[in-house]
Amino acid sequence: MSEKTLTLALMDPPYESANSTTAFRIISSALKKGIHVNVFAYEGAVNLAMKDQSPHPNPVKGTTVEEEDHPTTKNFISSLVEIGKDSPLLNWVNCGLCVDERGAANAVEGVRRGGPADFLKMALESTNTLVIPTR
Amino acid sequence: MSSYVLIESRDPFESRDTQFVVETAAELKRRGNDVKVFLVQNGVLAARKNARNSHLPRLAEEGVTLLADDFSLRERGIQTGELFSDITESSIDALVDLLVGENTKVIWH
Repeated sequence: MSEKTLTLALMDPPYESANSTTAFRIISSALKKGIHVNVFAYEGAVNLAMKDQSPHPNPVKGTTVEEEDHPTTKNFISSLVEIGKDSPLLNWVNCGLCVDERGAANAVEGVRRGGPADFLKMALESTNTLVIPTR
Repeated sequence: MSSYVLIESRDPFESRDTQFVVETAAELKRRGNDVKVFLVQNGVLAARKNARNSHLPRLAEEGVTLLADDFSLRERGIQTGELFSDITESSIDALVDLLVGENTKVIWH
């Protein structure tokens, strides 16, 4: 069976839209099926991988950080990078200009800087490409 | 013939632009293509059989295959027995299989 590759373009910033959760589910499912995955994070989506994110307590409920066990998108990405570290491979590229605009260069390991030319190459070499735009 | 997968994430009761998916899917089907609409996130809110003015029955009449993400259904408290009869409960795993199928085009809405 020939190898398959799925490319996703993401644009939503973290903690804004269910689109991010669905994208993570698609990436996870594809990797577990042995499908290589490319991600091109554009605009606010470059913040998904930002290492400076930290979980927080809930002062309204009086719960601690540990009790809240608040999920961060950077941790989701780190988990996906771990699943896709070899074969299948997860290739996650953050748009460099978008990163600079947002001061979001401090990304988790496994995320690299690139540009729209990377997205074109990904799309041309993939089985299919899914663009998940902001509304 | 091509295969089209239209992923509908929007709540039709919040925004009338879901009509885009209805018109696009129906026209693609009329032109002889295999067309599937995969409902996800708030897109599943029209899937209840007692939803008034849902756009989904028209798609079923056009011969479009209707699938609904199980995770999104459970998040919104929609049980399998509540679904409009022409909708099949599906999953993200099934969506991924569709996405890497032969000659398949995908549109997220």
